[in-house]
Amino acid sequence: MKTVRWLGLGISILAPSVAMASTLETVQNRDSVRCGVNAAQPGFSALDDDDQYRGLDTDICRAIAAAALGDASKVDFVPLDSVERFTALQSGEVDVLSRTTTWTSNRDTSLGINFTGVSYYDGQAFMVASDLGVQSTKELDGAAVCTQSGTTSELNLSDYFRIHNMAYDAVVFDSPEQSIAGFEAGRCDVLSSDASQLYAQRMQLADPDRAVVLPEIISKEPLGPAVRQGDDQWFNIVKWTLFAMLNAEELGISQENVDEQLDSDNPDIMRLLGQDGDFGEAMGIEADWAYQIVKQVGNYAEIYDRNVGSDSDFNIARGLNGLWNNGGIQYAPPIR
Amino acid sequence: MIHNQTVIEQRPAPSSAIGPLAWLRTNLFSDPINTIFTLIGLYVLYLLVVPTVQWAFINADWVGTTREDCSREGACWVFVNARFTQFIYGLYPRAEIWRANIVFAGFFTLIAWLAIPRLPFKRWVAVFALVGFPVVAYVLLHGGYFDLPRVPTHRWGGLMLTLLLATVGMVGALPIGIVLALGRRSNMPIVKSFCVVFIEFWRGVPLITVLFMASVMLPLFMPSGISVDRLVRALIGLTLFQSAYMAEVIRGGLQAIPKGQEEAAAALGMTYWKRMGLIVLPQALKMMIPGIVNTFISLFKDTTLVMIIGLFDLLGIVQAALADSRWLGFSLEGYVFAAFMFWIFCFSMSRYSQYLERKLNTGHKR
Repeated sequence: MKTVRWLGLGISILAPSVAMASTLETVQNRDSVRCGVNAAQPGFSALDDDDQYRGLDTDICRAIAAAALGDASKVDFVPLDSVERFTALQSGEVDVLSRTTTWTSNRDTSLGINFTGVSYYDGQAFMVASDLGVQSTKELDGAAVCTQSGTTSELNLSDYFRIHNMAYDAVVFDSPEQSIAGFEAGRCDVLSSDASQLYAQRMQLADPDRAVVLPEIISKEPLGPAVRQGDDQWFNIVKWTLFAMLNAEELGISQENVDEQLDSDNPDIMRLLGQDGDFGEAMGIEADWAYQIVKQVGNYAEIYDRNVGSDSDFNIARGLNGLWNNGGIQYAPPIR
Repeated sequence: MIHNQTVIEQRPAPSSAIGPLAWLRTNLFSDPINTIFTLIGLYVLYLLVVPTVQWAFINADWVGTTREDCSREGACWVFVNARFTQFIYGLYPRAEIWRANIVFAGFFTLIAWLAIPRLPFKRWVAVFALVGFPVVAYVLLHGGYFDLPRVPTHRWGGLMLTLLLATVGMVGALPIGIVLALGRRSNMPIVKSFCVVFIEFWRGVPLITVLFMASVMLPLFMPSGISVDRLVRALIGLTLFQSAYMAEVIRGGLQAIPKGQEEAAAALGMTYWKRMGLIVLPQALKMMIPGIVNTFISLFKDTTLVMIIGLFDLLGIVQAALADSRWLGFSLEGYVFAAFMFWIFCFSMSRYSQYLERKLNTGHKR
């Protein structure tokens, strides 16, 4: 009897998980979604004072939990390094990867993973001191540009300046903190990185208003959640979680009014919220899955504004991430 | 005729020979060059200390809950204050923190008990510390037994995790290191070559590679569905890595013991283990205290590398906190806090080792 106890102690460390079952069954048995996130990415995944992860990426994890389990709080966040993130997904350590991961052909086709959509259209941009009066990247000829070594940003930067026949001095740093410190100390006129990161770096300046992010974007960095290949049911759940949030925004359903919208006679809203037909059944989840997402997490506009947009410190304009009928390119297929 | 002997009464030494003024004179202002250097030194100190004190104490903000409570003229300790629980316990559920507190209290009590010479029952306390306490700590921290809710290891973090990693690493590495060191000096070819290969392998790879292998490669080799907890992976990697270094420190100590000691013990008819356990190791370990503590201190600092496999040790949780949009730009405060915590522990270890050296000194010190 005693031996059994000790054995139990040992086995519980090894924490076996059942991989033979479908991901949804695993998630339901465990009663939580294991979501791989960034350990520290302002606006996308960061710990707040109360030990909660806040950010666009982590809200997507919560939405997936709301859809799959009916409870947005049933998420185990697993902070992952940029190198081990794919291994963690492949080996089943996490069910979904929502970690500012750029969707590229190579990753999508050769790593045994599938990207389910684009949760944030990112791209490399430039930040300049506002007193320089620069309006466009075309005026940056001869500028000293701070960037981080070994990143695609460095490569994009040299391509961009070469294509436009402009000269620049690269001032290379190791980490975002160092590069913003270099920018603040006047080592360079321009700081270049992914736009989402630039806004976070700008917040670290003593006076954020002294710098502006130029509107031009010189590279495509579509960020989105990814799942393991070979489980189409789970792939669909994650994919439609994002689509449901986009559809909810498009139909004007928000966290606040979702209960009133249950009585709506707009057929699109009725289908989305599970009042007409059951669109969860085919995915193996409840009929009110989209209702739970919007009720517990919010529509796309809400999670965007809360984490990176107008209600956050970053105040990033919607831009490409606006809805298709509102100047952006976020477009979700209809639910019917 | 009797001479009048005038007895000069004892007087204190003139103030020019003793006291702080004399000390200053002999040590700092003995000649012009010395005086110049002293003045330059004082000026540099002034340049360094005044802004630091102003930043860290005088202009610092201590009370509040948000970044708006910080004037940004000095340090914003509000940030460390708001995050303190997180820095100490990581993401350990707030309602269960009492469990971590019991473990902390037990941990420090045991250490104090073992370190303070007056307290009795050292042997039993040591046995409990090595055998009983780890089980108690595991049951309390991990839960799942006696109706304690389970707290998965990925929620452990902060100083708690740093201490856990360092303690397990030290307690595990020392005996393995002793065995490896003895094995390397053994005459048995298989034992010897195994130990040599083991030590040279682990010393030949950087710790960061070991951790990376454990977190990136190992899961790919495991049968699908079986995953070893990442904390356990890190602990095993860290312990094996440190035991190789420990083995070489101990081997150095063993070599310093004259061969005559072991031969004399053998002449008395002692077995190998008795010779080692009673004669050689007690003398060798005593001499190796600086080397062992050196390894311990470097292990304590190496634990920060677990950050790369997604564990939030003290430094990791500080860095994670720096990404919170509500606290962007307070990295200096965070790093100063982490450095201070690390300094406290490393410095204590260093002082304790010096105390041990003095206590165990039997006059062999040269």
